[in-house]
Amino acid sequence: MINAVPLSAVLTIAAALFCIGLFGAMSRRNAVSILMGVELMLNSVNINLVAFWRYLQPDLITGQVFAIFVITVAAAEAAVGLAMVIAIYRSRQTVYIDTVDSMKG
Amino acid sequence: MELLIQIIFVLISTLILGAAVMVVRTRNVIHSALWLIASFFGIGALYLLLEAEFLAIAQVLIYVGAISVLILFAIMLTHNVTSGEGHKFYQRWWLALLVSLMLFAVILVPTLVGQDWTITARPSEESAIAGAVEMGTAFMREYLLPFEIAAVLLLVALTGAIVIAYEERAQRRRILTLAQELALRKQQQQNHAEE
Amino acid sequence: MDDIVVQVLIMLVQVVVLVLAISTGFAYLTLFERRLLARMQNRVGPNRAGPGGFLQPAADAVKLFFKEDVIPTLVDRGVYLLAPALAVIPALLIWAVIPFGCLNIAGDYQACFADPATNPNLHNIFQLADIDIGVLYLLAITSIGVYGITLAGWASNSKYAMLGGIRASAQLISYELALSSAVLAAVMMAGTLSTHEVIYQQMTMWFVIPQLLGFVLFLISGTAELVRAPFDLVEAEQELTSGYNAEYGSMKFALFFMSEYIKMIAISAIAVTLYLGGWNAPGLELLGSLMTGMAGPLVGSIAVGLASFLVFLVKVVLILFLFVWMRASWPRVRYDKLMYMGWKWLLPLALLNVAMTAVFVVVLPDALIHSVALFVASLVVMAVAYVVSSRVKPAPSRSRIKMVQPEVPRRPSS
Repeated sequence: MINAVPLSAVLTIAAALFCIGLFGAMSRRNAVSILMGVELMLNSVNINLVAFWRYLQPDLITGQVFAIFVITVAAAEAAVGLAMVIAIYRSRQTVYIDTVDSMKG
Repeated sequence: MELLIQIIFVLISTLILGAAVMVVRTRNVIHSALWLIASFFGIGALYLLLEAEFLAIAQVLIYVGAISVLILFAIMLTHNVTSGEGHKFYQRWWLALLVSLMLFAVILVPTLVGQDWTITARPSEESAIAGAVEMGTAFMREYLLPFEIAAVLLLVALTGAIVIAYEERAQRRRILTLAQELALRKQQQQNHAEE
Repeated sequence: MDDIVVQVLIMLVQVVVLVLAISTGFAYLTLFERRLLARMQNRVGPNRAGPGGFLQPAADAVKLFFKEDVIPTLVDRGVYLLAPALAVIPALLIWAVIPFGCLNIAGDYQACFADPATNPNLHNIFQLADIDIGVLYLLAITSIGVYGITLAGWASNSKYAMLGGIRASAQLISYELALSSAVLAAVMMAGTLSTHEVIYQQMTMWFVIPQLLGFVLFLISGTAELVRAPFDLVEAEQELTSGYNAEYGSMKFALFFMSEYIKMIAISAIAVTLYLGGWNAPGLELLGSLMTGMAGPLVGSIAVGLASFLVFLVKVVLILFLFVWMRASWPRVRYDKLMYMGWKWLLPLALLNVAMTAVFVVVLPDALIHSVALFVASLVVMAVAYVVSSRVKPAPSRSRIKMVQPEVPRRPSS
């Protein structure tokens, strides 16, 4: 793998994934869709971590350990975020975040 | 052999990026969650290609097996049939597109030019690659504190999610009839409107 | 280069043979189950097609093939068609890492019984892939099996199917935790995640002895994971017609049916691998040395391979018998009780088992002593759990709930 594909190719894939995720998180109205965009962004970060680990320091485990921690945080974020979406839906009957605007002055 | 790996890499990246694009542009939220699962699978395959087997399995186990199920669940619980679909994007979605494309360009330039990405002496292909055993040891030695903190974080998130999503109906001491339930909900909505 | 081509060809042949064998196994498992259930219920069971009903699976298959293939109008077409495939594929993928015998084509039977860490000279064609993290792979593939059911329920656009799908996904993700924790304790005993090495670690003693509690927990949560009786309220006929697959017919229904039974064989195979010593049995090594002495190393290794496969098969059939027996013996549990049991009994017991295993293995380094100690501790824990659970009143908070009579408006008496 490291001889066949250059590191910059993997990094480009990750950057593209990050930007797609960012677009999703910024443009969708549905709260669950926004969370999906955030998950895509976190995954692109993981790809970068693993790629750097594999290409630059495969004998140390740091990159993979970091990726595992990112996955942990993503899991926690998804659980709490989706619970909030459900709670909002229960009181407002909507998941479109631009309609949840009662704090607006 | 190298050609084979290159072909596989191109296929996998097409899967990842294509599925990700479908996630953000599909109208139906459930379909978009399914594309998200496909994208996660592609990322797992990329990890396999990068010889991070443990991480690849963890990706499938956690992202595909747990987080995506959670997302599907949330969609099914909040799917409002009566309100219709509405617009899926904001009015100014093109602004978001512009920002994303610009960010992509900004990241891409330093990635491709000005860096040859050979920071340290590149180890040979045959040198030992750290695997599951090294990872387990690392978690119990130098990363013990982050490991414990992650455990606490998960516990807090679990408790928090339960507290936030706990339905008040489950706390009630008695079961209401459907008519009473509807009346109660109507009253709650009125209260909301008054606020 | 030729080497790679040969390897790929061998692997392809292995995969095709494996899939065919599993499909046949599935077909005859249905017959096995129906005949056995009939015996347990004082009936005869299907015995018309062929001698002793031997051709019944073929008749069933032909019938399902020739049924009209209906797609209801209002389903979500793509997902509706995708769901059966998503149910079957994980069930087949599980088999990639399960060693169902040990036939060393290098022609040396002793490699099967040697320490895999020091003796890498093993080309076992009865196992598709011996990867370092085989057990984790099993768990990961089991966890994606939930999609077929959930999506089938959602895509069918029908109340019954939807309820069945939601029930199924909640049940599967709840019991997955207990299942993985039970497996974790066995992995801790073995000290490895490779399935072949787990079997090697059980050469002296099967893990069912020290991990008795884990084995029982594995069987219970495995049954729930398979959505089989007594945990089959996903497809409770009385309430949900047939649950998530209510809108499916002909081959698409057959695929769901198939995935359920293939998963049943797979869970049995995992139980055999992790707890019952896999393909190994006392006397296999002796057989190998005898056959090698009589007819050379190749015959010896083939004899060991076939015998080990037979041993594996017998053990799997025993566990399958247990599953059918459970189905015949217990009525379906109520849904809230299912959740109650999964979260408040199985998961804590599984975690206790993990802690217990860790402490005993570290405190008593001798394998025999800590195995016996764990066995005794498992028995004690199960006895205590049995006594406590039979003392606890069924869902005590329920006694405070009063059913409220609806206020019926009085009719004007005109």
